[in-house]
Amino acid sequence: MNLASNYLGLGLANPIVPSSSPMTRSVESMQRLEAAGAAAIVMPSLFEEQIEHEAMAVHAALNFGAEISAESAGGYLPEMDDYNTGAADYLDRLRAAKAALKIPVIASLNGTSPGGWTLYARIIEEAGADALELNIYLIAAELGRNSAQVEDDYLQLVQSVRNSVSIPLAVKVGPFFSSTANMARRLVSAGADGLVLFNRFYQPDIDLDTLSVVPNIVLSTSDELRLVLRWMALLHGRVDTSLAATTGVHTAEDVLKLVLAGADVTMMASALIKHGPELITSTLAGISAWLEARDYESLDQARGSLSHDASPDPSAFERANYMQALVEYASER
Amino acid sequence: MEPAYIVVDGNEAAARVAHTLSEVIAIYPITPASPMGELSDAWSQRGEPNLWGTVPEVVEMQSEAGAAGAVHGALQGGALTTTFTASQGLLLKLPNMYKIAGELTPCVIHVAARTVATHALSIFGDHSDVMAARQTGFAMLCSASVQEAQDLALVAHAVTLRTRIPFLHFFDGFRTSHEVMKIAGLAEETYTSLIDTDLVAAHRGRALNPNRPVLRGSAQNPDVFFQAREAANLYHDAVPDAVSTVFDEFAALTGRRYELFEYVGAPDAERVVILMGSGAGAAHEAAAALQTHGEKVGVLVVHLYRPFSVRHFLEALPASTKSIAVLDRTKEPGAVGEPLYQDVVTALQEGNRKEIDVIGGRYGLSGKEFTPPMVMAVFAELMAAEPRRHFTVGITDDVSHLSLAVEEKWQEPEDVVQAVFYGLGADGTVGANKNSVKIVGTHTDLEAQGHFVYDSKKSGAVTVSHLRFSPRPIESTYLISRANFVACHQFGFLEKIDVLGIADEGATFLLNSAFGPDDVWDKLPRQVQEQIIAKKLKFYVVDGASVAKEAGLGGRINTVLQTCFFALAHLISTEVAIGAIKKSIADAYGKRGEVVLQRNYAAVDASLEALREVPVPSAVDSEIEMRLPVAAQAPDFVQRVTGMIIAGKGDLLPVSALPVDGTFPTATAKWEKRDIAPEIPIWDESICIDCGRCALACPHAAIRIKVYDPAELATAPDSFKSKAWKSKEHAGKNLTVQVAPLDCTGCGVCVDICPAHSKEIVKHKSINMEPKLDHVATETESFDFFLSIPEMDRSDVRVDSIAGSQLLEPLFEFSGACSGCGETPYVKLLSQMFGDRIVVANATGCSSIYGGNLPTTPWAQNAAGQGPAWSNSLFEDNAEFGLGMRLAIEGQQKMARRLVTELAPHIGELATELLEADQGSEEGLQKQRDRVQSLRTVLESVDDPRARRLESVADYLVRMGVWIIGGDGWAYDIGFGGLDHVMALGRNVNVLVLDTEVYSNTGGQASKSTPRAAVAKFAAGGKATGKKDLGMIAQSYGNVYVAQVSMGANMNQVVKAFAEAEAHDGTSLIIAYSPCIAHGIDMSTMMSHQKDAAQSGYWPLYRYDPTAEAVGKPAEFAAKEGRFAMLARANPQYAASLVEQAQADIDNRWQLYEQMVHVQRTAVFEEEGDDE
Repeated sequence: MNLASNYLGLGLANPIVPSSSPMTRSVESMQRLEAAGAAAIVMPSLFEEQIEHEAMAVHAALNFGAEISAESAGGYLPEMDDYNTGAADYLDRLRAAKAALKIPVIASLNGTSPGGWTLYARIIEEAGADALELNIYLIAAELGRNSAQVEDDYLQLVQSVRNSVSIPLAVKVGPFFSSTANMARRLVSAGADGLVLFNRFYQPDIDLDTLSVVPNIVLSTSDELRLVLRWMALLHGRVDTSLAATTGVHTAEDVLKLVLAGADVTMMASALIKHGPELITSTLAGISAWLEARDYESLDQARGSLSHDASPDPSAFERANYMQALVEYASER
Repeated sequence: MEPAYIVVDGNEAAARVAHTLSEVIAIYPITPASPMGELSDAWSQRGEPNLWGTVPEVVEMQSEAGAAGAVHGALQGGALTTTFTASQGLLLKLPNMYKIAGELTPCVIHVAARTVATHALSIFGDHSDVMAARQTGFAMLCSASVQEAQDLALVAHAVTLRTRIPFLHFFDGFRTSHEVMKIAGLAEETYTSLIDTDLVAAHRGRALNPNRPVLRGSAQNPDVFFQAREAANLYHDAVPDAVSTVFDEFAALTGRRYELFEYVGAPDAERVVILMGSGAGAAHEAAAALQTHGEKVGVLVVHLYRPFSVRHFLEALPASTKSIAVLDRTKEPGAVGEPLYQDVVTALQEGNRKEIDVIGGRYGLSGKEFTPPMVMAVFAELMAAEPRRHFTVGITDDVSHLSLAVEEKWQEPEDVVQAVFYGLGADGTVGANKNSVKIVGTHTDLEAQGHFVYDSKKSGAVTVSHLRFSPRPIESTYLISRANFVACHQFGFLEKIDVLGIADEGATFLLNSAFGPDDVWDKLPRQVQEQIIAKKLKFYVVDGASVAKEAGLGGRINTVLQTCFFALAHLISTEVAIGAIKKSIADAYGKRGEVVLQRNYAAVDASLEALREVPVPSAVDSEIEMRLPVAAQAPDFVQRVTGMIIAGKGDLLPVSALPVDGTFPTATAKWEKRDIAPEIPIWDESICIDCGRCALACPHAAIRIKVYDPAELATAPDSFKSKAWKSKEHAGKNLTVQVAPLDCTGCGVCVDICPAHSKEIVKHKSINMEPKLDHVATETESFDFFLSIPEMDRSDVRVDSIAGSQLLEPLFEFSGACSGCGETPYVKLLSQMFGDRIVVANATGCSSIYGGNLPTTPWAQNAAGQGPAWSNSLFEDNAEFGLGMRLAIEGQQKMARRLVTELAPHIGELATELLEADQGSEEGLQKQRDRVQSLRTVLESVDDPRARRLESVADYLVRMGVWIIGGDGWAYDIGFGGLDHVMALGRNVNVLVLDTEVYSNTGGQASKSTPRAAVAKFAAGGKATGKKDLGMIAQSYGNVYVAQVSMGANMNQVVKAFAEAEAHDGTSLIIAYSPCIAHGIDMSTMMSHQKDAAQSGYWPLYRYDPTAEAVGKPAEFAAKEGRFAMLARANPQYAASLVEQAQADIDNRWQLYEQMVHVQRTAVFEEEGDDE
């Protein structure tokens, strides 16, 4: 079965792309994913905040205690040749991945400062990434900033990166916009070649024993698919951009649903962490089997066939879905 | 080719040469020579090669003695070998130096000359160490400046190869070793021209080599030793001419000419001062000044001190010389005169210049300032009708009246920029100033010099940077006394230090101030206002903290203040300066990351905008007074002596003010209210759970708890907080947790460890850091009241529990250790549990510095005047030192007991009670103390000489403990041999190893306690070998109580271990995990780090009690071996008892291994309750 897909202008053999996760950290792991059938790879994000934190921590550690007394005038820790702060380690892995893999390698970037986004985007491009995914992680916690200002931040960021690199640019965002559809269109106007829907932010938890706030990483399940499904369907064909679905992609059925709704590619992370790279192989087989059983010529034929515009019941993606669910829930009690 | 100018300190200058010309470098840390080893290690780690393209092997040894042995061996192996040292370190090398010289082995030892400890340790510079080496056979070459430290280092390496005589190359510790100067570097061709490769091959040819075997290091008898000792005479004789030749060659190559004896002054001088070392600079300036007034004076500086060439000496001395003053930077009590004096006198005698009068004086001991006026006083003395034959200069000696009066005032030339900066230790001021010296030195034709003075505290320490920039070469080897630029980088200093006393009229004053130009005047102390007006100072402020914070640098103000300095000092254009500062930032921090550079650049760019000139009013209107150095109620000695030292006026104290034998009162830290914490912990009594952890964890004894009768509160100030004490045993009592607001360093450890927090706001604990200014008045009042509440009766307290131990008065308080120190909580706990009846032997290291560095000591006394008696011997001998104390105590105990027995007829029933007393509890101890008091009363009426003797030893009837305290550098490395021996002896001493896993005091060099994979100085590439298991070694003796503890992991275990160790009738070893600033952690979380260390298995906790029951059969094999059998023949009874013990050893070892299975690998907080 022809599963060929196109994402960000990159011709891919199929619609399965392992997304930014620990699975795409090492070159060896990326090679296993490729062997299992991954169509492209998104590397984990280069976090500007982390880079800055590390550099400042090195700086502080070397300054700490220096000149504290006549006997330790030079500070307590020896100066090293290289602290490997900055993006060097990330770029080395990117270059190694490019050398080792035939499939496209998409780098991912999470910046904090306007200068940081563009700086690191440029060096990622120079290191040979096939495309760049901007992992925009803004928690709009400031009471004084309204939604328009927050949205402007997103758009300016995308624009400035767009102006500084020429490789394809995907933008990964969360679902929390007052008008997601409008925001999607404006992101594309600002220069995004593709949208990755949706970022699944780490969410804090509370440890009742220690009464402390702890980061809690929970792997996704297929149940989380439906938010993405709606927006794939709503945006497909209405916004001129590549669409990647992420969060809750675990099975061949999940992939098929998302492609029918309009996804160009589907991104997996949690499922791969749980089941290993081989899951890609079986998922691809499942997709082919479904298509073959229904006499599809190719996956592309099915793509968007149940999108908002193509669906016999477009309102199902809007209001009705909610009402129906409510009714069913109530009746089950 | 003219080599580039470089800006380096003396250590780097010498070390660079040594590293370039060596194949093996054996090192050991000792101030002020450590940086030479650190740099060599770092260069080799980085792969920097020597002159022949190989990377020198740098190896850290366990002591200087070990380093010397390794040097000797490497030399015998044919390697070009060097080492660096100072002070006691050099003394430890002496035995090998005799050997190395006796074997005519080319070698150079570079020494940053430092005081040898006598009545006190001192890290500062004088020649008492190198003078102890003059008999070794090493040639001794002295450098007087940073330039010379480089140049003569090379000369030493060149000449040693030519003559086969090893060289001791030395320069003054700190004054030269740490002085940053612009000097001319060395071109590679200078090296290659002076170092003869054939001679290197010849050296290698003499190596021990099985292909051409020889015997070296034989033992000789009276028949030939003497002749053999004379056989090398010609080699020694050849040294002066060889040095002279190399000086000539060096001059041809570099244009810099040196002489064995360098005379500078009037060609027809009648009075000549002779000295060596950095004092030469001051002497030259003084002589030049006198010459301008037509005085016929000159200065002869000694470079080659051994061999002392009479011929060269006489050639250098002007023929017109009538009188000479020889200045020695050392003291040889009992000698006719100091060494250089004696050499000069002898040389004149031998050279037939007996008509010259010679006097000799001491100066500059322990880095004492040595200034041109002092030299003028020496020249003046030579003119006196009857000059004092022996004198001192630089002090006021009102006891033996040897000191010369120094009257001249000294004014440095107007065109020399003299800038003085007051900074806080670790605030980056010194580093920025070193950079400034480099910037000026490399961007202008000006000469540049930086010298840095530190106080002896490690928290809240004051650094003073003295920078000179001059159009002429700088020879001023003394501190600036009249600065034309003064910067105060910490506003709080203004009330504590006379910052502007040093300011010259019309000087610029830059103040780092949160208050702007319109507000700052009103915040200044009266004395500061007075000086600004009287001296017509140009006054500027900059809010460095805000600029730095805005730039993302936290509170690091150094680059801000540095930029402002350049803007105000007009040494170079501001644009060039800013470019240069940024370049220096890039050089210094480039490897750390782009963001570090960008943030520093941003701070630099924002600095000038924040710099503001302050309009100076015409009148003084402040009512803020500068603080008194010590409280008015302090005892006389503290007022008279300690207070002067605290005030920075110790130089003014006369000889009579100081004790003759180095004995000082304890309990003095409490008089030094340092007031250094911006935030202090404030207690919320409503949620306190009475656990006592805050007090136990406080490294500075600044959090106290007391339990008392609520009736005490009748006179409490309103702000005093109190709560009911939850205790079955002490129902109806109240508890207070109180901060000592002026003694707290603000480390935050108490807050980190506090387990109680508010139900409503989790971050609000029972103790919280709050701005000091909001609380200082009320908390000071509360603390005073707190101190007035009676201490609890020790008999009523469960000493071996967390809260119980904290109800005991700490007899170690307010140390100047680093804020958040991991060591001091253990020391303080020790003082609480047993402080009223222990003597402490303290190895040199952090604990001896925060414990015994003047001005004050944290070792304290209780209301009865009892407290730890403390002494520090050396770094390497502390276990032996403590053992000696034990032997003395036991001897006196035995004598006391015997006398009690003998005098029983007079003493009656009390005698039996005294001899059979159970002193295992606080109650028992108190009863015994009472008995001793009764005994004294009884003895008063006993007319028997034995009664008088008993009176002198009666104290020893009360149990006394010996605690041997030191760090891992001592216990694992330099002192391990002694510690091992003391443990083997099994006597009743308690050893507390404050294990920071690194040489903390000397700046963080690796020890054998340093864990694998950690970096440290001397292990710049990461330590490749594992940490030594000192506890297992101790346990292998079988009779040593061993505990490995960690306060942050399990406080209860720590308290128990201390109690058990003290109770163990034999040797006890406690290895206490002590986080250190060298660990690179946030010290406020040091207790949490300890918990992590234990829980991860990194630092297993255990207590091993060897008195557990022994089982097993006699060891029969002992009878079959001569080593046991010999004793059985000589002393059958004793041998039998030892064999029995040997069997116990075996049995205990089995037990030990069984116990090892149950080593606690986790920190069990649940078991920490006092009920355990």
